Amino acid sequence: MVLTLFYISSAVAIFATVMMITRLNAVHGLLYLILSLLAAGIIFFLLGAHFAAVLEVIIYAGAIMVLFVFVIMMLNQGQKTIEQERAWLQPNIWLGPSLLALILFAELMVIVVLGGNAETGHTINSQQVGIALYGPYLLAVELASMLLLAGLVGAYHLGKPLVKVTKNRGNT
Amino acid sequence: MNAIPMEQGLLLSVILFVLGLIGVLVRRNLIMILMSLEVMLNATGLAFIVAGSRWGQADGQIMFLLILTLAAAEVGVGLGLALQIFHRFHTLDADSVNEMQG
Repeated sequence: MVLTLFYISSAVAIFATVMMITRLNAVHGLLYLILSLLAAGIIFFLLGAHFAAVLEVIIYAGAIMVLFVFVIMMLNQGQKTIEQERAWLQPNIWLGPSLLALILFAELMVIVVLGGNAETGHTINSQQVGIALYGPYLLAVELASMLLLAGLVGAYHLGKPLVKVTKNRGNT
Repeated sequence: MNAIPMEQGLLLSVILFVLGLIGVLVRRNLIMILMSLEVMLNATGLAFIVAGSRWGQADGQIMFLLILTLAAAEVGVGLGLALQIFHRFHTLDADSVNEMQG
């Protein structure tokens, strides 16, 4: 049973990734990328890594993909935006991702009906992860925080001169 | 013992990684290159989760957490760079940014 669910979500992940690579429009690719990440989240759940599955959905498919959406929307400003949005809302664009999402949702329902962890073997709950994270891996947590700080400073520095450029354009 | 064989999980991870690599090599849009990089990072995280599930240890999920923070930092800096390139060159084509004649 678990193996069947694993095969279905693997097929969804691979298909969504192939579709993501071959899309010409970045937003269409983003839709399929989100589906691929959600399928990976279900695979994490089937593998018994519940904490990682939740993080995959919240941070990967939530926060990081929202960054992509913001940047794509910022780069696509112009007069032709309305026609573009009308073209994006064609049914054949969102039908594929919706079907894949429906498959994943059906899998989730099957898992819930089966009673949570459907014989997933080694279930590693968040308590074990937390104990290991703040025990032997404390240095790694510190390094990750330094990395995030470096990313924050780098993104701020890269974003700052952008305001100057637009201001100068506005004055001239 | 786990119901999902480790080999099949690792195979899926390899397939996703190669697909992301193909995306990085083939696509010339900077946003698409960054998205393909996300696929590659996600595939490595999947490999860690599969290994952690196989041995019943929490280390796999911790490595996934670290990969997650790496992906977040990488996307922040990478999208900032993409915005800068777009505002200076008015394009997102990676091949058009070849003014640095080494």
